[in-house]
Amino acid sequence: MQGSENGNGKPGAAISRGVFMGGLGTAGALLATGCNTPKPSNVASAGGPTPGAAGAVLSGDARKIAEARGLAPADVVAALKTYVPSGKTDEYYMFASGGHSGQVLVVGLPSMRLLKVIPVFSPESYGGWGFSEGSHAVLEGGAVDGRLITHGDTHHPAFSETDGDYDGKFVFINDKVNARVAVIDLRDFECKQIVKNPVIISNHGHCVTPNTEYVIETSQYAVPPGWKPAAVTKSAYANEYRGAMTFWKFDRPKGRIDPQRSFVLELPPYWQDLTDAGKLASEGWAFCNSINTELAVPEDWNNGPSMEISASRNDMDFLHVVNWKAAESLVRSGRVSQKNGIAYIPIDQAVREGLLYLVPEPKSPHGVDITPDGKFIVVCGKLDPHVSIYSIAKIKQAIAKGGMHKDPYGIPIVNFEDALVTQIKVGLGPLHNQFDDKGNGYTSLFLDSAVTRWTVGDESGKGWNLVETLPVQYNVGHVAAPHGDTVKPRGGYLVALNKWSLDRFVPVGPFYPRNLQLIDTSGQQLQLLYDMGIGMAEPHYAQIIDAKLVKPEDIYPPNTDVFTLKPDPKAPVFGKEGTSDHGDHVEVNMTVMRSTFRPDVVRVERGKRVIWRINNVETAKNAIHGFALAGHNISLSLEPGKVETIEIVADRPGTYPYYCTDFCSALHLELMGYFVVT
Amino acid sequence: MSSHVETMEKTTAKPPIITTPVKQGRRVNGLLLVAAAMLLVALFLPWWQMWMHAPQYPDGLSVQVGIFSVTGDVSEIDDLNHYIGFMPLAAMAPVERHLGTVLAPLIVLLVGLASLLGGRWKWLALPAVALPVFLVVDLAWWLWYAGHHLNPYAALSTSVAPWTPHLFGPGGVGQFHTFAMFGAGFWLSAAAALLMIVALVRTEGSGHA
Repeated sequence: MQGSENGNGKPGAAISRGVFMGGLGTAGALLATGCNTPKPSNVASAGGPTPGAAGAVLSGDARKIAEARGLAPADVVAALKTYVPSGKTDEYYMFASGGHSGQVLVVGLPSMRLLKVIPVFSPESYGGWGFSEGSHAVLEGGAVDGRLITHGDTHHPAFSETDGDYDGKFVFINDKVNARVAVIDLRDFECKQIVKNPVIISNHGHCVTPNTEYVIETSQYAVPPGWKPAAVTKSAYANEYRGAMTFWKFDRPKGRIDPQRSFVLELPPYWQDLTDAGKLASEGWAFCNSINTELAVPEDWNNGPSMEISASRNDMDFLHVVNWKAAESLVRSGRVSQKNGIAYIPIDQAVREGLLYLVPEPKSPHGVDITPDGKFIVVCGKLDPHVSIYSIAKIKQAIAKGGMHKDPYGIPIVNFEDALVTQIKVGLGPLHNQFDDKGNGYTSLFLDSAVTRWTVGDESGKGWNLVETLPVQYNVGHVAAPHGDTVKPRGGYLVALNKWSLDRFVPVGPFYPRNLQLIDTSGQQLQLLYDMGIGMAEPHYAQIIDAKLVKPEDIYPPNTDVFTLKPDPKAPVFGKEGTSDHGDHVEVNMTVMRSTFRPDVVRVERGKRVIWRINNVETAKNAIHGFALAGHNISLSLEPGKVETIEIVADRPGTYPYYCTDFCSALHLELMGYFVVT
Repeated sequence: MSSHVETMEKTTAKPPIITTPVKQGRRVNGLLLVAAAMLLVALFLPWWQMWMHAPQYPDGLSVQVGIFSVTGDVSEIDDLNHYIGFMPLAAMAPVERHLGTVLAPLIVLLVGLASLLGGRWKWLALPAVALPVFLVVDLAWWLWYAGHHLNPYAALSTSVAPWTPHLFGPGGVGQFHTFAMFGAGFWLSAAAALLMIVALVRTEGSGHA
């Protein structure tokens, strides 16, 4: 509770002038008080004046403001820790999934300001995403059996890594509902590629290997490979349904996933869950949890048990341990078959080649996260109040010893006791882990609505201790810390990605904002600093990167095709714009510059297909134009230097204005033209 | 001065017989050679610069005018200028800028020749002495001309009255504060002009004796 008082000093809490005058000082003394006093909330209750470190007092104006706003001393400290004055910029970027909006959010830390919504799986009119031919082509890459899918459920953003640390070049994001993976290039913070998994139809686990050799995508709901129709019966499920771990090869120079060099490792239909790649001591291995080793199928409709009962019967499920380096060698040797156009390693082959092992884990766990040194695998119980700590050294030892039992699919099972180091009872509903730079781990507790801090211990099981629990508001899912899942966590902050907000914001109707809470982890005690409301779908996971590592372009070079980031050979040329008839279609080559579209009248005969290219020939950064065309479902964002192409059919006679949608100058309203279909 | 004139008169009147006059006459004129080198460098440096600042351009805009090119944020400045009907930078001094790319190197070449040939050839350096002066006069005229020939149909024609952009120092138009200054090319050419004047005057007095 104490943490709650720390961070959520109730607005109504009385604030003693004496505290402000004596207990707190100038900004510096204030911070010192907040950071170093073990129980800052008690400073308020202590009441009486105690000389500040500097002997100074909070200035009269600041004190009056704090009093008028009902701010407790801890609130003032929190404000000082998060406030980024105008003209200064944030220390970190947080890339958060946009949940079932299908997008990715970019947020600055510690200010928690929303900086960008990156359109990925769903059309986004502000960005022209799904309206331009280029973005349409990217979305087509994620078509399912030829059907264009225009929504997504983004879960686990993953920065590209070099030597196990974020390198700030790319972000990968998975779409759970259709088992797709997208590539975002951090040169311009835009999506460049979407790939559809040819074997599975839903995913959950998603991460990268320490040098971004592969983006790992793990299935969630088992289906027959290629999602072919099948009976929903226990026998059909056990025999035909399968899970899979897919290793998407990333071609870094091209900035694209290369499906031809990717491969799929078949898994039992255990409903694989969160996935993490080993690093350092565990490099070359990948780990994922599972939650339905019961092999249950939905039967509630048939008066049987529902999934929530039948998939939670077993006390133990299986941590999957995959030797991906060995799998890669096998694929490169050519001794693998293909399924739906991708290299495919069936379970029996994986077992024969020693690629796949199972380790029992308590009841339907959720997150699996590797400690920064790569030595330990931390599994969150979800339905069990522990985090279970496994050792890669112990697992390797057990594998080397051999003589293991096997599951029904013939996969060797390492004994629980042989792999386990220890368990920490952290609280109810442990879901996900992150790490800091001081040897601490952090776990979110969904049922307790809290985050915990614990210490990372050693192989003998010593030193794994619960330190502190801080309530968060409410129903926390993931937690994220700066570089918190890398070999080099930066520490200092933790963000709790809460599903519910209930009473945290002014009401906006029955759809509540999601609540991203910033927590200071630098002191001896965790302190809640800030609530950021998210007015859309829930961000699941987020990753936080040192802002200095991300170096995007501030303006596109002239004539840029933003999907290749190379000059567009068909870019309209300033001074040579116009409309040309090519029989079956009309080509419009247009430039835009403050404040004229050239041409500003486009006439087309009814029935013509129109290929319309627009080049923003501005050279000033931030001189963005928009382009909207009435009656034709067209919206574009034209950043300076960007060339976009649209295709429409002029099938309805009319006079349609087009205009700039992004206020660009005092003559913005005059930046328009007419599209006339006769 | 008078003694110099005397000396010169003596030498021109009675060239020495024993020494070799041709070699002496072609002795390299060091000052002119240095001036030629300075001008050669100046050819590739900006001669005039202007910086512009406005709230929405915290990094500012700038333009550099050189012998062979006008560089900097030309496109953006032209785009802004069109709102007040100020002519594009490329439209200013078209004749001078086209001829300049040929004439300026030629003028520098003449200084080089003057330094090597000496004698009465030294006067080949004279156009170079006039170069910085010409630049100032021509630029001042064009700034006045452009500022007083705004397109009356421009969008902001009623907001900006005709004015002469400052050739040197602080100025302003609209929400922009400007600062103009001669560039390194100009200063080098001016210094070279001083050297050349000294060289011309001195050789006038001392000759090649």
